[in-house]
Amino acid sequence: MTAALETVALCKTFGGVTATDRVSLVLAPGARHALIGPNGAGKTTLVNLLSGVLPPTAGRVLLDGEDVTDLPVERRVRRGLGRTFQINQLFGAMTPLETLGLAVAERAGIGGDLWHPAGRDEEAVAEIVDLAARFRLTEALEARTSTLPYGRQRLLEIAVAFAGRPRVLLLDEPAAGVPEHERDELLDAVATLPRDVAVLLIEHDMDVVFRFAERISVLVNGAIYAEGAPDEIARDPRVRAAYLGDGESDG
Amino acid sequence: MLTILFDGVAYGMLLFVLAVGLSVTLGLMNFVNLAHGAFAMAGGYITVVLMSRYGVPFVACLPVAFLAAGALGAVLERTLYRRLYDRPHLDHVLFSIGIVFMAVAAVDYTMGSQQQNVRLPPWLSGRFDVAGVGIGRYRAFLIAICGALVVALQLVVSRTRFGSRLRAAVDDRRVARGLGIPVDAIFAGTFAVGSGLAGLGGALGAEILGLDPTFPLKFMIYFLIVVTVGGTRGIVGPFVAALVLGLADVAGKYYVPASGVFVIYTLMIAILLVRPQGLFARPR
Amino acid sequence: MRVAAAFAARHRWRRAEIAFWVFAFVAWAVLSRQAPIGNEIAILALFALSLDLILGYAGIVSLGHAAFFGAGAYAAGLFAKHLSGDPLLGLAVAAGVATVLDFATSFLVLRGSDLTRLMVTLGVALVLGEIANKATTITGGADGLQGVVIAPLFGLFAFDLTGRTAFAYSLVVLLVLFVVARRIVNSPFGASLRAIRDNPLRAAAVGIPVRRRLVAIYTIAATYAGVAGALLAQTTQFVSLDALAFDRSADVLLMLVIGGPGWLYGGIAGALVFKIAQDVFSGLTPQYWHFWLGLVLVVLVLTGRERLHERIARLVRGRRGAVPVPPGGDAVRADRV
Repeated sequence: MTAALETVALCKTFGGVTATDRVSLVLAPGARHALIGPNGAGKTTLVNLLSGVLPPTAGRVLLDGEDVTDLPVERRVRRGLGRTFQINQLFGAMTPLETLGLAVAERAGIGGDLWHPAGRDEEAVAEIVDLAARFRLTEALEARTSTLPYGRQRLLEIAVAFAGRPRVLLLDEPAAGVPEHERDELLDAVATLPRDVAVLLIEHDMDVVFRFAERISVLVNGAIYAEGAPDEIARDPRVRAAYLGDGESDG
Repeated sequence: MLTILFDGVAYGMLLFVLAVGLSVTLGLMNFVNLAHGAFAMAGGYITVVLMSRYGVPFVACLPVAFLAAGALGAVLERTLYRRLYDRPHLDHVLFSIGIVFMAVAAVDYTMGSQQQNVRLPPWLSGRFDVAGVGIGRYRAFLIAICGALVVALQLVVSRTRFGSRLRAAVDDRRVARGLGIPVDAIFAGTFAVGSGLAGLGGALGAEILGLDPTFPLKFMIYFLIVVTVGGTRGIVGPFVAALVLGLADVAGKYYVPASGVFVIYTLMIAILLVRPQGLFARPR
Repeated sequence: MRVAAAFAARHRWRRAEIAFWVFAFVAWAVLSRQAPIGNEIAILALFALSLDLILGYAGIVSLGHAAFFGAGAYAAGLFAKHLSGDPLLGLAVAAGVATVLDFATSFLVLRGSDLTRLMVTLGVALVLGEIANKATTITGGADGLQGVVIAPLFGLFAFDLTGRTAFAYSLVVLLVLFVVARRIVNSPFGASLRAIRDNPLRAAAVGIPVRRRLVAIYTIAATYAGVAGALLAQTTQFVSLDALAFDRSADVLLMLVIGGPGWLYGGIAGALVFKIAQDVFSGLTPQYWHFWLGLVLVVLVLTGRERLHERIARLVRGRRGAVPVPPGGDAVRADRV
């Protein structure tokens, strides 16, 4: 069975620093895979390598068996690789409606249309409405993104990545910075993602990880330290020592 | 051939002195100052006025040009430029274009639009022979002065405490502030020195480059080329870039006179094609 | 459905817009003695509109937009002089030349940082200026291109000294191209441009092919500028070096900045204000108009352009799109008006 996403000995060095050390990660189709590790382990660097923001120093990235290592970000997105950013990267001056519209248009291949007014395509509009409903954004569709409460922005962040109908979705700390009363909604949205999407979740919060993940990889100093089912990892003494044993990391 | 080499080096060093202030300003304050040439023009015109109306000898005018342009720079930095550091580049461009327009019009109004002549003292005019090669005295003088300046600048930047503070501030302004480095004072000082050097360059260059109210606009592109190609992270980059530019221009004008300024522009475009960050910039 | 309605509201022609264009044509009909100035304003407005497409919508700062303007002007002038005086054909030729020139330079312009782009755009304009200057047999050099004779439009309307045909001609071309630009800006393509301008990283992460879109808009803008230059050549039947001069690039930048980049009417408004101000100031101190221009720029930047534009925006309500507020929306605030 071809992995949805696979890396082969992926490396990234910055000057003398090795941020990613021969990482070979396999993400099965429909997986619910979590990536954890102490601060500075290189989790976000890995996500940047996977999505194409950073070029690797060595190694390959395979999406659905296809080598995408040399493809730029937008081409990987079109092949079905979506990601969210740890710190919201949204279009502050646009509304969620416009933002989702953009993503849907690009995926539907009409993003380059010069002539027809945006929003004319009925199918695209229906899709936007569906997305908004799924991610609880219907009420907030026409507010300026920068005025939305943080939790809702985070939801939009995920919605935008999801709009591209990815087969692989990389979620970089989706709950980070979200106030307590908005977290449940967010986590619910993540939990109800369809099964045909493989999800790689980068998280600090162990509650979220154990609630969600079916498989966990532990990243320490840029290399995969341990990998397995959640209860295996929870019981692994090395992991506890390196990470869990240091006490609860901040939520 | 050797004469061309010599002339090219002289021209290049002059360009360096003119442009180094811009390079440091851009690297330090991230400010695109298209009005840099106006300070050079100021230095040039001050020299002309001092010489023709008050009979001050040429060499004595040079430090005055430096100080006056530097003072002008310091004043403008404190009052106007300072407010715009955090604005987008477009604002810098618009602002400095506005300053240039005002300066050009003001000079045109007060001094007229004809080209100004600087009468060099006899010991600086003419040529002398070295091993059968004719060397222009003025160009030799230029090389000497500019060379000394380059060395002095490099020493200041790399050896003195001011220099290391400057480099720290260029590298990361916020961190430098956090370390207690008086960043504002450094900005002001650097801007003043940069403008002063431009003024000095204007005074030195009046004879070779020609001095008229359109000077800042005519030579803006040259300064920008030096800065873009040479990078903004030190002295060496702009220096080499200026030398290359000077040599290319002189050689181009000699071997293919009809090409005029083509050589420079084409060279710049070619370099930027290959290395968009300039020849020396470290990849960010 | 609400969503579709929201989109539709964005690109509906507002009454103020229609009124403006009606007013423009009324001005043509009534102000017959000011026709030459009206013509100039229309041409400048088109030029500023073209710069808005790249500056206001794609965020590219260009100091050399006059390159395309001048290229179009010379192309149209030379075409009329040597091949055919037909004005519309000349426009087409000029547009083609500008487009070709753009393709040649677009990949240069889209590399590197802000500063590099500034340099390259400036450099290209200067190179063209030099070429025009030196190739005197073709372009007439510093004396300008003489002997440009334009045939009557449609064989009926001659370009005479009153300038009325010229004004109408330029105004119609401006309107047509404006309508096209408006459609482009309100299309998915236009939305993707705004996204690129706002957050290029996110734009790529949404699947937008950033470079391709930027090349496309840059090309369109260049073509528009070329047409503007052609209009100048055809209506004044003369082309001089200042069509390529730095001054022209700086002037159009200022016009756009005064009017406000990013809403298409900024260029037109700016051109109007600029031309009127130029007439007023030139009356005061004919030679030193640039001094006042510089002063305006400095003051404008120092006091903050955004505040000025926000005040104007509040006057011209709904320029960003009438947004129907959903019932009971508490976390919702109507889009900035």
